[in-house]
Amino acid sequence: MPLLEIRNVTRRFGDFAALEGVSLDIEAGEFFTLLGPSGCGKTTLLRLIAGFDEPDEGELLLDGKPLAGIAPERRPVHTVFQSYALFPHMTVARNVAFPLLMAGKPKHETSARVHAVLDAVRLTDKAHAYPHELSGGQKQRVALARGLVNRPRVLLLDEPLGALDAKLRIEMQIDLIKLQKEVGITFVFVTHAQHEALALSHRIAVMNAGRIEQVDEPDHLYGAPKNRFVADFIGSINLFACEVLEAGAARLRLRTELGEIVAPGPDHVAAGAKGAFALRPEQARIVAPHESLGLDNRLGGRVYDFLYTGDVTTYLIDLDGGARFKALLANSAPGRAKFFDVGDAVAVEWSAAAGLFLAE
Amino acid sequence: MMDAARGTAQQRLTRWTVTGPPFAFLLAFFAAPSLIMVLASFRYPGEYGGLAPLVAAPGAAVQDGGLTLENYRFFFSDLIYCEIFVRSLAIAFASTLICLALAYPLALLIARSPKKRRDFMVLMVILPFASNFLIRVYAWMIILGPESGLSAVLNQALALIGVAPVRLLFSSFAVLVGMVYVHLPFMVLPLYTNLEKHDPALLEAAQDLGAGAWTRFWRITFPLSLPGIFSGAALVFIPVLGMFAIPDILGGTGDILVGNLIKEQFLGTRDWPFGSTLSIMLTLVVLACAAGAAAVARRGAHSDYA
Repeated sequence: MPLLEIRNVTRRFGDFAALEGVSLDIEAGEFFTLLGPSGCGKTTLLRLIAGFDEPDEGELLLDGKPLAGIAPERRPVHTVFQSYALFPHMTVARNVAFPLLMAGKPKHETSARVHAVLDAVRLTDKAHAYPHELSGGQKQRVALARGLVNRPRVLLLDEPLGALDAKLRIEMQIDLIKLQKEVGITFVFVTHAQHEALALSHRIAVMNAGRIEQVDEPDHLYGAPKNRFVADFIGSINLFACEVLEAGAARLRLRTELGEIVAPGPDHVAAGAKGAFALRPEQARIVAPHESLGLDNRLGGRVYDFLYTGDVTTYLIDLDGGARFKALLANSAPGRAKFFDVGDAVAVEWSAAAGLFLAE
Repeated sequence: MMDAARGTAQQRLTRWTVTGPPFAFLLAFFAAPSLIMVLASFRYPGEYGGLAPLVAAPGAAVQDGGLTLENYRFFFSDLIYCEIFVRSLAIAFASTLICLALAYPLALLIARSPKKRRDFMVLMVILPFASNFLIRVYAWMIILGPESGLSAVLNQALALIGVAPVRLLFSSFAVLVGMVYVHLPFMVLPLYTNLEKHDPALLEAAQDLGAGAWTRFWRITFPLSLPGIFSGAALVFIPVLGMFAIPDILGGTGDILVGNLIKEQFLGTRDWPFGSTLSIMLTLVVLACAAGAAAVARRGAHSDYA
């Protein structure tokens, strides 16, 4: 039995459906992420789980028992708020002790647990400091410690890394993974940052306009997106409208505006089906026009521009068929950072297995 | 270097043009009079009011160089003055507590109303200031008077349970009603200003972490509103302590407060030095109360859990 079941939940605000028929099963001990653009309903779902809001339709079950009508203060679910919401008139230790105090834990146990959790987030020396004396990252860790200290069944994290700078973010991500593994508490993490979701989660639910588009492990989500939205939202991808010319032997022949392409095909696709062809930029190889790698697909074009980002260079290529194409080149060749220049004639090649056909 | 120096000179000039006038005003009309009051409290009264001269007029003697501790000795020689001080403190304390009890729910209600409605509600709180203070106090004479509906209903109810009729007007009760009525907005406004700034996420966090409504109030809202409570309390307590008009109009003969006493010394018995002494004592009492409140506020921090 899953720890948290969300069954066919709908929540409307006036005419606007923030959530529409959402169903999810979240397992105990999982690091589960709700990923989506702002306004997709992920925060609404989080508030339903916390109990600050009730669904119009459907139900939520924790350990198989319905959560309906149970006030937030009585749910074994704690939240790490985006703004941290630390109590400004309490020291770090008193902030962290708050949920234990509310649960009526004896004083010696409270003290021991506060000690342990502050140790886990490396804030023992700040126990007597007030929130206004802490840096952003420290506040974040206090909020995390406060959410974890009473060992909730589920810890909800509402974009907790949103206010941190890039470097601190990476540090906190590593801390989060480590901490989640140590305490074994189920994390439900909300974010709009796909890199964060991919790096942290066991499973990710991609949400869009109040619905769930796909629930999967990070590598499946990236490598085998189910539809155009997921493919486009996670990472960077080349997408071209196409029609299936011939389907057979797990291989599709597709017609696109750029010419014919071969791609791996799922069994149920028949000739005449319309959809999109998708290819990750790192799957394509760029070669000079006179060179050939002998891969299944080859398209000619010209370098429009390139973005050098240190480890890789992203080339934007105007294909002869008219579309713009993105391809990555790792800068691992010694002594070279620039393989092609703006305006150079090039060709892109990729093997059939690297692409994806996304049915409409 | 030159530019920097000129910059500072100009900054200094700006600072003085902005802060100078109010500073001069306070110096001339607050600090200097206070000092004069302190000096006056150590002098003898003049024959027809005012102060006795420091330098002997021809043919008259000046006692002890014109300075004396007699006014202070007189203050402590008769318990009546301490009694009036204690009664004034009690009235001020009671008024402050009642104002707080009435103002807190109101301020909380305004602070948690939709933004559009808040300004209107604040306007309603300060609307009484639009009519004259004395007229509003005189209005209470009618409301509390023996012929008023309120008195009639109350005394009929008392008669039913066999209690002798009471007089509402010209009593400590009437004084308290007047004090609370006049000073209530001074408690509501600082409280509202404080409560309105509270981050609603704090209450959500407290609820999320297991706090019920009552606990949320006492552990989050109330401690965070203490600065508002203290400024509101100061704005009620201090004026009530020096108030003379309300006891004059609504109080009985036994309801004299410090304010009435001081007014009487200057306008009635024309004993300026003793009036000054009473004023100085009042100031000292207020300062002692403020120090006490500050000490309580500092003790607010409890023990930690680590």
